[in-house]
Amino acid sequence: MADTFVKIQTITVGPTGSTDINFSSIPSTYTDLKLVFSLRTTYTGAANQDISVFLNNNGSSYSYRQIYGTGNNVFSTYAASTPNAVADSNAATSNTFSNGEFYFPNYTSSNYKSYSIDQVIENNALNTNSYLIAGLWSNTAAINQISLQSGAYNFVQYSTATLYGIKNS
Amino acid sequence: MASTYTPIATYTVASAQASYTFSSIPSTYTDLVLIGSCKSSAGSGSSYSLGMRFNGDAGTNYSSTYIIGSGSTATSGRSTSASYMMPAGTMAWSASSEFTPMIVNIPNYSNTTTYKTAIGRGSQTGAYVMGSVGLWRSTSAINSITVAPEFSLNFEAGSTFTLYGIKAA
Repeated sequence: MADTFVKIQTITVGPTGSTDINFSSIPSTYTDLKLVFSLRTTYTGAANQDISVFLNNNGSSYSYRQIYGTGNNVFSTYAASTPNAVADSNAATSNTFSNGEFYFPNYTSSNYKSYSIDQVIENNALNTNSYLIAGLWSNTAAINQISLQSGAYNFVQYSTATLYGIKNS
Repeated sequence: MASTYTPIATYTVASAQASYTFSSIPSTYTDLVLIGSCKSSAGSGSSYSLGMRFNGDAGTNYSSTYIIGSGSTATSGRSTSASYMMPAGTMAWSASSEFTPMIVNIPNYSNTTTYKTAIGRGSQTGAYVMGSVGLWRSTSAINSITVAPEFSLNFEAGSTFTLYGIKAA
């Protein structure tokens, strides 16, 4: 039987760091996509950093709704902006990296692109959160690029992201 | 290479229908994963959850516990002794521009000694993000799964469902 859960690409940040992790030229031959990540950045302003995630290098038409817990409280928010991945920062306990995944069903369809994000940060200290996020890219284009961007800071060495393709036949 | 994540069946709703059943599910896998991308026939502003029954059991043998975020309020709730479980989340209404991703994991589905648990999440950016666990108080192996918008509305055309089997080895 043909493989139906296939690794498309793994990106692991090297010793010089990187400000972005990009998956481009994503094949259109799968049904769904799954992006699994483990991230840490050089940011030091807080124990975690929001990471912008853009589809097809497009910076508009996003929205998200989330629920998250901090260990002593729970919140829900909505924003008409890009849903973020989250990374441990260099202000967090050493050797800790965030953990999460994006799931994009029917990523080549001509519908708007709805997706799920599950992610956690745990560092045995402050700013540790657990998230469930609903994301929407109000664009009918097939997804062919996914970019994680850390802005003015670097992803540190050993940050990784793996993109999988899932076929329903 | 042996396939460890195998599509069992996939279905796309062609015209509005009340439910869909995955029948004759093989007992040869370890776990099941149901991926949905769905919309109900609800009017604008009304969000219905994905309802699920096993083996055609419509008795009050199900319960669910969930967390839900509206974008401003985070809450948790339960249903007990119900005629279906809600193991994922709410789905987009008929006029919505999105189809809601649903991901449901059903581990150890074919054993005949334990009650069956399903855990999942739904990502309706237009209304709610939700994580949930459902319980079916039966030790029977699962051989069919029926899904419906709370067994009271229709799935809209274009809704899709794929059932995958996962083998531990």
